[in-house]
Amino acid sequence: MSNEIIFDARSLTRTYGTGARAVRALEAVDLTVRRGERLGVVGESGSGKSTLIRLLAALDTPTAGSVTFEGRPVTGLAERDLGFLRRRVQIVFQDPRASLDPRMKVRRIITEPLRSPLIRAELAQLDPDARVKEMMEAVGLDYADADRYPHEFSGGQRQRIAIARALAPKPHVLIADEPVSALDVSVRAQVLNLLNDLVDAFGLTMIFVSHDLRVVRHVCSTAIVMQRGRVVEAGPTASLFSNPTQEYTRQLLAAVPSFRT
Amino acid sequence: MTLLEVRDLTVAFGRRPPVVRGISFALEQGQRVGLIGESGCGKTVTSLAVMGLLAENASVRGSIVCKGTELVGASDRELSTFRGDEISMIFQEPMTALDPTMRAGRQVAEVLRLHAGAAAGAARERVLAMLAEVGFSDPERIADSYPHQLSGGQRQRVVTAMALINSPDLVICDEPTTALDVTVQAKVLDLLDRVLTRENAACLFISHDLAVVSQLASDILVMLDGVIVERGTASEILTAPKHPYTRGLVATSRLDLVEPGSRLPVVEDFYVAGASG
Repeated sequence: MSNEIIFDARSLTRTYGTGARAVRALEAVDLTVRRGERLGVVGESGSGKSTLIRLLAALDTPTAGSVTFEGRPVTGLAERDLGFLRRRVQIVFQDPRASLDPRMKVRRIITEPLRSPLIRAELAQLDPDARVKEMMEAVGLDYADADRYPHEFSGGQRQRIAIARALAPKPHVLIADEPVSALDVSVRAQVLNLLNDLVDAFGLTMIFVSHDLRVVRHVCSTAIVMQRGRVVEAGPTASLFSNPTQEYTRQLLAAVPSFRT
Repeated sequence: MTLLEVRDLTVAFGRRPPVVRGISFALEQGQRVGLIGESGCGKTVTSLAVMGLLAENASVRGSIVCKGTELVGASDRELSTFRGDEISMIFQEPMTALDPTMRAGRQVAEVLRLHAGAAAGAARERVLAMLAEVGFSDPERIADSYPHQLSGGQRQRVVTAMALINSPDLVICDEPTTALDVTVQAKVLDLLDRVLTRENAACLFISHDLAVVSQLASDILVMLDGVIVERGTASEILTAPKHPYTRGLVATSRLDLVEPGSRLPVVEDFYVAGASG
C-alpha cells in the first residue's frame, strides 16, 4: 500500500426522498482509500454500505459532499466526462445470476466494458478476443467455453465471469459488493483465493463490502464498520477484531456463528 | 420413539436421473438433525419429499414413515392433515413464504383455524401469545402489520410462529437464516433453539453452512450428489470428519483458523488424486 490517495470522500451525505419521509442513507462520511489498500466495508442491511460504494463509483450523486478519484473531482461531472473513472473503477456484484445478461455469451459479457464509448477511447490498443482469453485464464475458466451462455455455468463459475468482466478494462480499483454472499461455503473459499491472487497479480486497490466479518478479516488489511449511514469504527482489520472499541462492532463480532462442538 | 423414518428414498424428476438416490435416516422425538450439502445436492428435494410438496412430475420411491403413517403415496387429503400439524416447515425467504396481501396475524391464525378449528376470537388470543413467544414485545402491532411493513428478521419470526403454533412434532427448517444479516441470524437461531426446546419438537435443519448448523443440531447428515456420504454426532463431524468432502467442508468453514490473506483450503484439496473426486 502506498501513501497515494486514490479515493477521497468528504462529508458524503445521501438522502432519499424529501420532507417528512426523507431517509438519510449516508450521513457525513469521510473516507480515504490509498493505492493498493484492501478496504473492508462492514455493516448490515440499511447501514449505507451500498450507498457509499454507489457514490464512489459515480452510479449515484451525493446530496452533499464530494468524491475525488486519483486527484480529479468526480462529483458534479456529466456522464460523458466520467470515462476516466468508468475504466479505472469496476464492480463485482453479489449475485452473478442477476448481474450477467442471460442472453449474452461469455465472450460478449467480458468484452462489454471494452465496447463502452466512454472506455473505448482509453483502451484503443486492446484486442478484445485476446483480452477474453487472457481474462478467462486469469480467473480459472477455460477459453473453449467463451461461446457459452451464463446458465451453462455453476454459481462459482458465474462469479468468475463477473470478475473477468470487471478486470477486462484494466481497472485500478475493484469494488466487490458482497461477492461471496450468494455462494455456497465450499465455493466461497475458491472465489476468495482467486480475488486475493488477482489483486496481488494486477496490483489492484480493492474495496470489499460484506456483512461477514470473518471474510473481511481474511481479505482486507483495513476496514470501516458502518451503522445507520455513519462510520462507527475504522482501523486495521486485525485490531478491529482483537480490540473493538465500539459496542456495535462487538455485537457484530459476537453474532458471527462459530463452531459449537 | 422414532418420529420419522426415511428408507431408501429416491426422487427423480421426469426422465432425468434421480437427484436423491436411496437415502435413509431417522429422527427421534425431539432430536435435531442438520442436513448439510451444497446447492443441487438434493437436500431441499429431500425436505420437500417429507412434506409431500414435490412437483407433479416427481417420482418418489422408498418409504417415509411419520408417527406410524406412510407418507409416500398418501393422498393430498391425508398429507394436508400432517402438514402444518404434525410437520411444519420454515423456508429460506420469508417474503415469499408470506402472503403480501394479508396481515401477519391473520396468516398465523389461518394455520391454527385450519388444523385446530379454533374460533376466530380464541384464535386471536393464541396468535398474540405465539407472537410474544417468538420474541415480539408488541404482538398486537405485528399481528396488524402487512409483511412489507416488517423487517426480514421480523418476517422470519412470523413464519416461525406459523410453523410452531400447532405444536408440531417435527419442524423442517430450510436455510432459515441465509437471507438474514448476521446479528438477525444470531437472534433467529437463538429463538429457534428456545422454542424447539420448549415445544420438544424435532428439527431437520438444512443448510450449506456448517457453522450455522452447529448452533442447533446434535447430529449431522452430509449429503453429496443425492447420497448421504457421512453421518454422525455434530461433534464427531466437526472435529473428526472422515469423508474427503466433509473434511473439505469443515476446513472451508474454519476461516478463523487461517492466517489472514493466505490461501484458504478448498474442498478439492481433500480429494487425493485419482480417488473419488
